[in-house]
Amino acid sequence: MANFKRVLAASLALCLAGSVLTACGDKDEGGSGSGGKGGSGGSKGGSSYAYSEAANKKAQEVGDLKQTKADRIEQTAEGSETSKKQLKICTWNNEFKNRLRAYYSKYDKEASGMTGETDDNGDYIVGEHEYLTDGTEIIWVTTPSDDNAYQNKLDTDLAGQAASDDKIDMFLIEADYALKYVNGPYVLPVSELGITDDELADQYQYTKDVVTDSNGTLEGVSWQATPGLFAYRRDIAKEVLGTDDPTEVQAAVSDWSKFDETAAKMKEAGYQMLSSFDDSYRTFSNNVSHAWVNSNMEIVIDDNLFTWIDQTKSYTDNGYNNQTSLWDDQWCADQSAAGKVFGFFYSTWGIDFTLKGYAGDELFGQWAVCPGPQPYFWGGTWMCAADGTDNPDIVADIMRELTCNKDNMVAITNGTQDYTNTVSGMTEVAADFASDFLGGQNHIALFSEAAPKIDASKLGPYDQGLNESFQAAMKDYYLGNTASVEDAIANFYKAAIEKYPELKVPTE
Amino acid sequence: MHRKSVSYAKWGYIFIAPFFIVFAIFTLVPLVSTFYNSLFENYTVMGYQQIGPNFVGLDNFSTIFDEENDLGKYFVNTFILWIAGFIPQIFFSLLFASWFTDLRLKLKTGAYKVIFYLPNVIMAAAMGMLFFTMFSQNGPVNSIYMKITGSDAPYMFFTHANSQRAIIALINFLMWFGNTTIMLMAAINGIDPSLYESAQIDGANPTQTFFKITLPLIRPILLYVLITSLIGGLQMYDVPQIITQDGLSCDRTSMTVVMYLQRYLSVSKNYGMAGALSVILFIVAAVLSMIIFTTVQEREPKKKKPAAKGGK
Repeated sequence: MANFKRVLAASLALCLAGSVLTACGDKDEGGSGSGGKGGSGGSKGGSSYAYSEAANKKAQEVGDLKQTKADRIEQTAEGSETSKKQLKICTWNNEFKNRLRAYYSKYDKEASGMTGETDDNGDYIVGEHEYLTDGTEIIWVTTPSDDNAYQNKLDTDLAGQAASDDKIDMFLIEADYALKYVNGPYVLPVSELGITDDELADQYQYTKDVVTDSNGTLEGVSWQATPGLFAYRRDIAKEVLGTDDPTEVQAAVSDWSKFDETAAKMKEAGYQMLSSFDDSYRTFSNNVSHAWVNSNMEIVIDDNLFTWIDQTKSYTDNGYNNQTSLWDDQWCADQSAAGKVFGFFYSTWGIDFTLKGYAGDELFGQWAVCPGPQPYFWGGTWMCAADGTDNPDIVADIMRELTCNKDNMVAITNGTQDYTNTVSGMTEVAADFASDFLGGQNHIALFSEAAPKIDASKLGPYDQGLNESFQAAMKDYYLGNTASVEDAIANFYKAAIEKYPELKVPTE
Repeated sequence: MHRKSVSYAKWGYIFIAPFFIVFAIFTLVPLVSTFYNSLFENYTVMGYQQIGPNFVGLDNFSTIFDEENDLGKYFVNTFILWIAGFIPQIFFSLLFASWFTDLRLKLKTGAYKVIFYLPNVIMAAAMGMLFFTMFSQNGPVNSIYMKITGSDAPYMFFTHANSQRAIIALINFLMWFGNTTIMLMAAINGIDPSLYESAQIDGANPTQTFFKITLPLIRPILLYVLITSLIGGLQMYDVPQIITQDGLSCDRTSMTVVMYLQRYLSVSKNYGMAGALSVILFIVAAVLSMIIFTTVQEREPKKKKPAAKGGK
């Protein structure tokens, strides 16, 4: 009997242990058919994460991954009456919200409780519910993009769209993963909203290339173009370089070797050239000659990224950067008056949406921009209409007003210093513009020179996840937490395969 | 003869039935389905393309046990993080519990109990966030550190493996020692006070009463604390996840097994690999529990039970 009790108690303990450990119920996803493309890699034994230069070279030769546009899904449910009176928009931050609130003529400021005042983050203060003039309520579904959360949420919601009566009307995407949605099944082509090519003719070509699917159909629109510049502190420039004039500062950073020399001078004067390990990343990653993934589904590390690794390693060892990471507290603080960092690589939105906020009143007018060593772009937000939307007219109207209406877009640029997606409009603005924040500089002229040079042809659907993992893995190398760069790359491969089982590490 | 007694046994079964029904629905079924899922290749590509489920046998397990995947490292990490938090936790809990229950000290303990327990009320993620901010490059701890040492560079707590682990252990300790203290106090209060009185009369000092009376008599509760803490430790996730930014920092030296599992689920919804990992975790937890359970049981002296004949 005592023995029996013991066994019983033990098995109960076991059950309890088990109950605690059971992972959140795994569900069979009903085994829907796979699209047929993509590797079947995944759970194969004996995978190796070792980095081999020869294998990487070989993978570079293969050619970039070509996606095929997925078939759209038939909508099985209609939106409910409530859903028809609601404009549901998925986004990851407040940038688009503020644009819509301020520059969409049918946004009902009175009913939404918008006074025009902004909070500490520069966001408009609005009431609990927001409305358009026709009474449609705007429902924001906001999920931060950290750790892939926004895409996960979007994937789940869009997968349920066809059978749901609560329809998503519009969602926003970023350049880094635009192609995932553009070639995916959940987006309604722009032409089906009634927007014609003529209306879009004045937009920068690259902003259309990013959201054009493999059949050549345009799937989204953007109100901004995002060429990047190098933003620097005027006071530090005066002290160290003896001038804060953008042309002369540009001469001191016009190529990477001059950039390095200036960095050494900054170090001597007690400043850092850059803040984070990743600040210069985009200038390299946007000038690659290979996309992240080749047509064998192998991960390709471009030679230009190795240049970035070498540069950042030497900057870290020499104390030219402040060892921060993008978006962390110290990185943000480095942009304020308390910071000791000379400059940041920022694209259009970064100057208004990010830098201005962090700089505060003390550094207002103390920043300036110059083209920097290499042209690049960073980010950008595109609007996509969700397939199955029950408010296509409103979606089309928003797209038209914010991305095709030249006057309105010029007003955005004048009001927010954002660089809008109208070639002719920007050329006009560039002729005569002065930014108070940048000490009276005409940065729009610099942007309009840089914008046509943008080449988005090396973008791919995996960029966001791979860029993130690559930067995180390399951080260990810079800090000496991994013995060699090969170890860090092996960690990157490992993280990448965990995220994307369909990808492969190149082998010889 | 048998007819004479009415059997009440069935009521016992009826009263315990709800537990088993709930257990079966919410635990046993998911548990079995986890085992089942671990045998399939089943993940999502680009958020919309479903691969599988294709039956692959034990392939997922062989991939996980593949040396390149460092599963052992994550178990070691988990163990280090757990033990580094558990040792101070059990030490301080025992200390406070024996002080608070000491009749001669006559402490008013109500407020302390609440204060000690409070960190446990806060969400673990919030604790993680709080400490991450406190120890960050420009956080208050670093400004104090720079004031005291006169150094002009902050100490990077989250880029060194040991300091990062120490902070995680500290959070776990702070969160759980109050809970353990209260549990041990209850155990100590359950000891017959006459034992302490007679020990006092015999001239035992407090240390002796603690080691000779308190400790042996609260062993069952200690065992319970150990097992629950061990299983809780094996599942450690939220605190290190926040502190280490997905566990990738410092060459994955603070990545726990569950964080590793989450990496398979977060983007690709790889139920096959995650299921296999859950099964392994289950087996490890079960084996560890059994080992602790049997070793502690057998150390107990064999009591002679007069009523051991099973008759009633």
